[in-house]
Amino acid sequence: MNYGFSTGEELIRLCENEKITIAEVMLRHETETCERSRDELVNEMFENLMTMQESIRIGLEEDQETMTGLAGNNAEKLLAYAEKSNMGPDMARICSAALAVAEVNASMGKIVAAPTAGSSGVIPAVLVMCSEKHSFTDRDLVNGLFAAGAIGIIIAKNASISGAEGGCQAEIGTASAMAAGALTELCGGTPAQALTASAMALKNILGLVCDPVAGLVECPCIKRNAMGAANAVLCADMALSGVTSIIPFDEVVNAMRSVGRMMNVDLRETAKGGLAVTPTALEIAKRINDEN
Amino acid sequence: MKDFSVFDIIGPRMVGPSSSHTAGAVRIGLIAHRLIGDEHIKSADITLYGSFAETGIGHGTDRAVLAGILGIGTEDPRIRYSVLLAQSEGVEFAVHKSDREMNHPNTARIVVESVSGRKFEIVGTSVGGGNIEIVEINGMEVSFTGDYPAIVLFYRDVPGVISKVTSILAETGANVAFMKVFRSAKRMDACMVIETDAPIPANEIERIKQSVDGIKEICAV
Repeated sequence: MNYGFSTGEELIRLCENEKITIAEVMLRHETETCERSRDELVNEMFENLMTMQESIRIGLEEDQETMTGLAGNNAEKLLAYAEKSNMGPDMARICSAALAVAEVNASMGKIVAAPTAGSSGVIPAVLVMCSEKHSFTDRDLVNGLFAAGAIGIIIAKNASISGAEGGCQAEIGTASAMAAGALTELCGGTPAQALTASAMALKNILGLVCDPVAGLVECPCIKRNAMGAANAVLCADMALSGVTSIIPFDEVVNAMRSVGRMMNVDLRETAKGGLAVTPTALEIAKRINDEN
Repeated sequence: MKDFSVFDIIGPRMVGPSSSHTAGAVRIGLIAHRLIGDEHIKSADITLYGSFAETGIGHGTDRAVLAGILGIGTEDPRIRYSVLLAQSEGVEFAVHKSDREMNHPNTARIVVESVSGRKFEIVGTSVGGGNIEIVEINGMEVSFTGDYPAIVLFYRDVPGVISKVTSILAETGANVAFMKVFRSAKRMDACMVIETDAPIPANEIERIKQSVDGIKEICAV
């Protein structure tokens, strides 16, 4: 049996034929392509989960000082405001966790690239912070990470997960699509519903440019992690409630690739366009440069 | 179409903020650390080029390269404090920024010297996602990624060295993944990089050094 897949359609077919989850397809495919046992793979993913959980804790509990002093400690502010939050305390906690991990990353703390360091806050925030409400076990969350990985692989193969190639849609967009699909599956959605959630999440972020102030993974990257997490939860809820995506997942992924190719290089991580060239950003860049 | 592992997408675990400017920079430094081996490092001179020079400070690239030189890995939160560590270990170091055009925007040059006077100069590039390529060692153009255990042999370019080395490797049962030879000029300094599936035991490396004429140095990286 070959559990390999390159598209969402192939992934869903494998799930339906074998009557297994996306996470299970991913685990079986990884087992057949690498020389490690199923247990070793689960343990390796468990290590990733523990690092994710720890990065949320550190980001929420300890002071974070980024390398330039541009950002830090916004996660704690949002968390403290959670009870009054207009989007509800649950969503506020999820978004604050995304800020937390992104701030830890910007402060040279330890994170798990998912799919990249710049977008590392989205997936842990969504999966870990939803686990309490649904009583997900750590083993459930490990499955969620395998499912997220499967969705990310399809996007990496057919489009891109690099801001330099595809803009922010390729980083936060991909992370959000991965988180949306994984949460949908963890909440009992079918593989088709999971990819519907992923499709909607990616559609919502399509076209977002990568325009880091002073070329650093701080502004606007950290707050976009929070947006990516909120978007993932919204799209998982829509898919679970029966909302469908007009454009199927694979077509959305191809559209993302083509938008990335049309995107001017100034808007792809080079800090030569968008927010990076606003007067304020240029002043910040000059200050950082002068200090060093 | 490249086949991805799930751990390419969920992973690696790393110290941020950037896989190319931080994790990749650490890995370039680690190659310099391994060339020196068990010896104490006396001094390290780091030059950053291109985007490493432009945005390196804010990404901690300088601290990351230095951390790697000190043997600190990509997952180790001490990366942020590598300057203090270098000072407490008595390692002299300097970081320079250069506007010289290099082939790849994320490039670092490292000159390391051990307390006994062994000296290496490497140029490495961070090609994305924490992956690196070493493109120069001691003035010789080379090419390897550090993804596999490797041995780097420095020797004088004379006939027979390659076959002697590979026959010893065959006796040890080592499976060679990639092997490349480089030389500065005919019959002059040469360098061989052999990447293997599993690390080659230290005693076998010593045996190659003792039994093959013309070998000046072998380093496991």
